[in-house]
Amino acid sequence: MTAIPHLQIKNLRAKIEDKEILKGMNLEIKGGEVHAIMGPNGTGKSTLASTLMGHPKFEVTEGEVLINGEDLLDMAVDERARAGLFLAMQYPSEVSGVTNSDFLRSAINARRGEGNEISLMKFIREMDKKMSTLEMDESFSHRYLNEGFSGGEKKRNEILQMMMIEPSICILDEIDSGLDIDALKVVANGVNEMRTADRGFLIITHYQRLLNYIKPDFVHVMMQGRIVKSGGPELAERLEAEGYDWIKEELGIEDETVNANV
Amino acid sequence: MSVDLQLRFDSEAITEFSKANQEPAWFLEKRLAGLKAAGELQLPVLEKTKIDKWNIQQFVPFQASSPVASVQELDEVVKAQIDLDNVSNLLVQKNASVQFFAVTDELKQQGVIFAPLATALKEHGDLVQKYFQQVIALDEHKLTALHTAVVSGGVFLYVPKNVEVKVPLQAVYQVAGDDALVSPHVLIVAEANSKVSYVDTFVSGEGNNMVVNSIVEAFVGPGANVQVASVRTLSVDVHDYNFRRATVDRDGTMEWVLGEMNDGNTVSNNTTLLKGQASTAETKTISVGTGSQRQNLTSQVQHFGTHSESNMVSKAVMTGEAVSILNGITKIEKGAEKANGEQAENVLMLSDKARGDANPILLIDEDDVKAGHAASVGRFSEESIYYLMSRGISRQAAERLIILGFLDPVVAEIPIEEVQNRLRQALERKLG
Ligand SMILES: Nc1ncnc2c1ncn2[C@@H]1O[C@H](COP(=O)(O)OP(=O)(O)O)[C@@H](O)[C@H]1O
Ligand SMILES: [Mg+2]
Repeated sequence: MTAIPHLQIKNLRAKIEDKEILKGMNLEIKGGEVHAIMGPNGTGKSTLASTLMGHPKFEVTEGEVLINGEDLLDMAVDERARAGLFLAMQYPSEVSGVTNSDFLRSAINARRGEGNEISLMKFIREMDKKMSTLEMDESFSHRYLNEGFSGGEKKRNEILQMMMIEPSICILDEIDSGLDIDALKVVANGVNEMRTADRGFLIITHYQRLLNYIKPDFVHVMMQGRIVKSGGPELAERLEAEGYDWIKEELGIEDETVNANV
Repeated sequence: MSVDLQLRFDSEAITEFSKANQEPAWFLEKRLAGLKAAGELQLPVLEKTKIDKWNIQQFVPFQASSPVASVQELDEVVKAQIDLDNVSNLLVQKNASVQFFAVTDELKQQGVIFAPLATALKEHGDLVQKYFQQVIALDEHKLTALHTAVVSGGVFLYVPKNVEVKVPLQAVYQVAGDDALVSPHVLIVAEANSKVSYVDTFVSGEGNNMVVNSIVEAFVGPGANVQVASVRTLSVDVHDYNFRRATVDRDGTMEWVLGEMNDGNTVSNNTTLLKGQASTAETKTISVGTGSQRQNLTSQVQHFGTHSESNMVSKAVMTGEAVSILNGITKIEKGAEKANGEQAENVLMLSDKARGDANPILLIDEDDVKAGHAASVGRFSEESIYYLMSRGISRQAAERLIILGFLDPVVAEIPIEEVQNRLRQALERKLG
């Protein structure tokens, strides 16, 4: 068995177009743990996710991120993925002309490496199975990647990719937005199926609703580019009931958006 | 005004070739008229492309090559295009000679004529004469005149009323050797409610200073359906001029699938005349510009019939220092009520030194119509690359997926697997 996966984020600062968004993030995620990050809109949650994945628009100015002890920030985007990181994106791209199945097979084979490619039969079997778990129509495998997919279909497709690629650290950014309650259950089901001791999750959301279906071990509140409060599932429930104002008051924060500071 | 042609052939050479092939008198007359007109006419006027310094006429026509008894003996570049275990209806031509020809009994029994042009001139001269140069005139410009003077080979394809030809008919044209010329004329006549698909490939062998000057004329009868797929993978040593035109009767459909994969300079014009009510044209073109080649690729549809519909899609990938001018012309004539013409040109730029111009042109003389165009010239979407890479795919592989994905919807339309595969190979090769 491989070692328990481990993601360490230490004092991470990042900016976009000279605007500092992440202002000293600290977080540690281990295999078997589910962390949730909640926070108002515009507070930097997606920025955190994109920075970890290596989106070219975000620039790290300070701090360190280690994945299984290795320097994540030193890796190219594809290397991060092959190191075990996965990001289900809030706004996935549409890629015309590339079918979902060709794309997924390339992704899986990229991780497996040359000479160790997945057999076509096995791939199709796995894909069929996972698509049925996610209640996706078969036709999705032959459609062009995310092209013309509804918001909800894109979210399912992100989870399908996660299930096929079997990463060790999974970040899900607002996977619940645009999903009705039935779809939410289906997606949560897919995620829960993947919860094992050798996989860690970071679930970003601003609704507590999702956390009813994917029970987190830790809940963190993010404001103004850093984590301002951490706790257990009860913290999410309190946020749902009372909103964020009490935290702002408690911490003396005047406005939840980072814009207010610049 | 007469231009000094400085040709490397004369009316004697033309007459000799015509006699040797037992061509009918009217055809020789056309040739000689073509030669005369070639000296008088100007080159076609092309958007943003000057071709007067290109090799227009410095070739030696009528170069012969020997026929082969079996497809196994053909040159490798030609064999690669063919399903060797399953040769049915096939013409192979090298320079001025037919090297191999096969037609099935089934086709003959259906009353279909599929023959090398020289054979058709002998056996079905009147029928050929009825259609020859009825949509592309001898004297349109210098290149059509020159083509007429030196035309050699090509096919005559005649499909009788209500006959559906189930398998695609294939032709492979090879130009090879110094100063060689391939100048086939393809004449397709599809009578009412018939259906046929013709696929050709243009390839080149070793040689310098080669020229291709080819013409396709298609006559699509009422309710008929004609597909022409053409893939050109000519080397940098070939200058390629091709003119293709179809006229479509009521309820007829003309479909073009074109892979412009030459490495050398190319002028291509592809026009469909939608004469009949509710006639339809579909034109799909892909091209890849590499090295320092120059290409001028025009797709055109002219609507005459009411309720006629057209859809043109051109996709180009530009690398190196290549220059491609992509013209899309939708013309809707007065009286073509309820016509609908759509076109899209999309250029993917992979190099700062390359140039790709998309010129959509809508010319509309009728009020009650729909027409639209979409043109884009752009680079890779960095978002798409990031997205693919975030799943572990390397940048290079991600770019490759995106480029092939950009072109693949057109490649997949080619009805012969071997040709499709070679086209994919040509793409891979051109994209390095
Ligand atoms: N591409 C971008 N260009 C400029 N500013 C951006 C961009 N993406 C995000 N931001 C800014 O960064 C801040 C944090 O955004 P984001 O991380 O998306 O927040 P959240 O996911 O918490 O809603 C916001 O102020 C937003 O306007
Ligand atoms: Mg967000």
